[in-house]
Amino acid sequence: MVQVTLSGPLKTAAGGRASVEVEAATIHQLLMRLEKDIPKLKPLIERGVAVAIDGQIYRDDWLRPIPPGSEVVLLPRMAGG
Amino acid sequence: MPKVQVSTTVNGDEVSYICEVDETLLDVLRDRLSLTGSKEGCGTGDCGACSVMLDGRLVCSCLVLGAEAEGRDVRTVEGIAKGDKLHPLQEKFLEFAALQCGICTPGFLISSKALLDHNPNPTETEIRFALAGNLCRCTGYDKIVRAVQAAAAEMRKG
Amino acid sequence: MPLDANLDPRTHQFKVVGTRPLRPDGVDKVTGRAKFGADATAPGMLVGKVLRSPHPHARIRSINTAKAAKLPGVKAIVTRDDFPETKDESLKDVLYNVMAREKALYDGHAVAAVAATSASIARKALKLIEVKYEILPHVTDVDAAMKPGAPILHKDMITDGVEPAPTKASNIAAKCEFGHGDPDEGFKHADHVIERVFKTEATHQGYIEPHACLASVGTDGSGELWVCTQGHFMVRDTCAALLGMDVSRLRVTASEIGGGFGGKTTVFIEPVALALSRKAGKPVKVVMSREEVFRASGPTSSTSMTVKIGINKAGRITGAFAELRFQGGAFTGSPVVLGAMSAFACYDLEHVKVVGYDVVTNRPKQAAYRAPGAPMVAFAVESVLDELAARIGMDPIALRLKNAAKEGTKSSYGPTFNRIGLIDCLEAARKHANYKVPLGPNQGRGVSAGFWFNFGGQTCVSLNVNIDGTVALVVGTPDIGGSRASMCLMAAEELGIPYDRVRAIVADTSSLGYNDISEGSRVTFSTGLATIKATRDAVTKLCARAAKIWGIPADAVTWENGYAKPSGPNAGNFEPLSLEDLAKKAAKTGGPIAGHYEVNADGAGVSFAVHLCDAEVDPETGRVQIKRYTVVQDAGKAIHPSYVEGQYQGGAVQGIGWAINEEYIYGKDGRLQNPGFLDYRIPVASDLPMIDTVIVEVPNPGHPYGVRGVGETSIVPPLAAIANAVSNAAGVRMTHLPMSPPNVLKAIDGAKGRGARR
Repeated sequence: MVQVTLSGPLKTAAGGRASVEVEAATIHQLLMRLEKDIPKLKPLIERGVAVAIDGQIYRDDWLRPIPPGSEVVLLPRMAGG
Repeated sequence: MPKVQVSTTVNGDEVSYICEVDETLLDVLRDRLSLTGSKEGCGTGDCGACSVMLDGRLVCSCLVLGAEAEGRDVRTVEGIAKGDKLHPLQEKFLEFAALQCGICTPGFLISSKALLDHNPNPTETEIRFALAGNLCRCTGYDKIVRAVQAAAAEMRKG
Repeated sequence: MPLDANLDPRTHQFKVVGTRPLRPDGVDKVTGRAKFGADATAPGMLVGKVLRSPHPHARIRSINTAKAAKLPGVKAIVTRDDFPETKDESLKDVLYNVMAREKALYDGHAVAAVAATSASIARKALKLIEVKYEILPHVTDVDAAMKPGAPILHKDMITDGVEPAPTKASNIAAKCEFGHGDPDEGFKHADHVIERVFKTEATHQGYIEPHACLASVGTDGSGELWVCTQGHFMVRDTCAALLGMDVSRLRVTASEIGGGFGGKTTVFIEPVALALSRKAGKPVKVVMSREEVFRASGPTSSTSMTVKIGINKAGRITGAFAELRFQGGAFTGSPVVLGAMSAFACYDLEHVKVVGYDVVTNRPKQAAYRAPGAPMVAFAVESVLDELAARIGMDPIALRLKNAAKEGTKSSYGPTFNRIGLIDCLEAARKHANYKVPLGPNQGRGVSAGFWFNFGGQTCVSLNVNIDGTVALVVGTPDIGGSRASMCLMAAEELGIPYDRVRAIVADTSSLGYNDISEGSRVTFSTGLATIKATRDAVTKLCARAAKIWGIPADAVTWENGYAKPSGPNAGNFEPLSLEDLAKKAAKTGGPIAGHYEVNADGAGVSFAVHLCDAEVDPETGRVQIKRYTVVQDAGKAIHPSYVEGQYQGGAVQGIGWAINEEYIYGKDGRLQNPGFLDYRIPVASDLPMIDTVIVEVPNPGHPYGVRGVGETSIVPPLAAIANAVSNAAGVRMTHLPMSPPNVLKAIDGAKGRGARR
């Protein structure tokens, strides 16, 4: 199981839940799971999110494995100038 | 729009062109003579990207009419290097990384040359005030000022 | 070198990386040969001009182009009717911003465009277009736009991120919230709590080159576009979608770009030029005037912010709270989320909360500006910290060191930091000679820290070995600040050949795979990473060729200093083959030798900076002069130190402009009052001292050489560093930017007034 911390608008969409547990081995599985478990997250995930695994932020890396016990944070999509 | 015929000298070469009466010297250089080294950053004389020398005087070519160049001597960035030899200012701008995007560089080179032509040993303050009519948004001017100082030293050596 | 090997930049002896060679595009740029956006021409080219709304908010009743169309020399006119509605949600606002639909939403909003045989005819034609407007009430201030009863821009705008969803439309596009713990609990443990409200005005990226493009669409629907942009692949995909073209039929070439700073990461005139060209059947060049750049391209947000921080006597922050209100112009998308996430990222906090509001107003749609959202918030947060440090008599750097985030700190935006360089930067700043110079009368010193995420993204690089052993490097990220030089350095490093044997170009969209925009400080990181790996790919192929020639296994060949060499017990004794040897033999040993790498790069590595500023305030006039300025920033590994310093200095000076001069000024009529460089005053050479720099190198584990992005972080601390210096010099806390002479005088007089009353 992966413990996912939800932040910002994602937390609000999840009804204020700061973290959820899902079964996932990759970022893709994680996002699919979250969409299924918390349908209100779906439009936000479709618009784009980032996933931080152990402090490293991944914006578009579906196939990135999530090592067991790692810290996982779901963040809004970000872009710079 | 009425047109006028103009004969002038650009970078030492005699040229003639026909331009609209309200057309700027900058537009003539860029659109009619294909000398696109001079840039338009504002069109109102505030940014200096279009700086050229007109009869030995530093001007914003966006504030001069093409018709006004009749019988004058125009010098642009394309005329700074001598054949295959760069001017010391051009060399030092490269060496000191005094450009990032490079859009303001032609104007800075013309203004710096205008300064060094009459003041071969300017202080930092003199350089900063001489270049105050040229806007650069990338560098913060530090490396530009240093490049001009180095070019001045190089040119004093002769 | 194995593809994924990382070199430790602290111990590895680099051969060319870290040196300062001349840039490959340098000579063209000092001789006037470099071709920027407006420098291209095409046979039979027309001139395109855009008609813009003079009203900040108006319903467009009708647009009559009949008279303009009859003017001799006019070849095409486009209006909203020429841009079909898009089904793609993410493109709707882009489309509505490119050409107004039922309403003009800001002064400068495009409503029609003309292509004609000359600029003067095009200008005349614009005057002949009759637009009937129904003028609506407008709002340009963020706080006013949030109030009940404010003129509503979009009747269907229901605030996102609020549960349950509001039932009435407002100008608040979205609310967001970040943090952990409970600040109110934290404030209970504080010995001092300071709460203040701050405002910053909108500033423009101020690139010297106005937007420019040359579009050419043939009757077969195939098109070409030459354009100054930070991302030509983005331009291609966006324009193709808006105009209903196949992506493969639009080839976009990035010109040399005269500055961007985030402002050239979207489209404005490009779809218009293509639509005009398609209609006219001729090439069309569109170049914005400076006034158009100010009125119609994206500035950054103006903001209103409340910050509350509590500390104990020892200087430890016990609780931190911020509420951020950002207006992002007429459409959703202000950078308030990034502002909220970065607000307290420099600090290790138990109780922190940030609430952000994204607000729409009748102003141009904001565009990214260098570390979008972060500088304004840093101004507010670092100002309060400065005041708290003074309150407890603690050195401001010591206070920041006491609370600094480090490896293992849970960041205020969620993830736990790995190796970061904030403490290294703070220590370097504290030791810097500029921090010890005695101050003169009316002078003050300011300190600020700053944080930025840095990004990676989609990147594709090719490297071709030429017949003479020189190397052509093909990248797809427009070079905004000397990146081609850095790419050549990294390829030369891997190949073990001199820098000037490698030449890099920025390829057009049909010559290379997709590349994301040059934004988010990503180019040296991600294009650099892809360059290194494409080079390693080529090296593997070079070694294989040598192995074939020698008739030994490929793994018995290594690459060293530009040579393939036999190595290991089965290798045998062969004379090493140089890159030149192998290049010359390429045709006979299997054909061209090339390396490729495609990646969606992640792991950019966050970065921190600490700035020191000494400012002098003239108490008579309120004029602020920057006496000394120092930038200390973590670059991970500086590939070309001169251009790293250039990013530090350039970011600092843009921050100086933002802090003391630059602002969008709107009249009561909702029109921009200062759309020109005379009245929107960016810093000039005589305003400034030299900008001192210190490059700190704490390697990023996500890059083979340890590179972190450097482009954006440098604009995060200046607003606060300067405000702190000015506040300390003037003896009054500056809470409203810019600190222009009238604003400073007002603050000084206000403080005197308060003093007199006491």
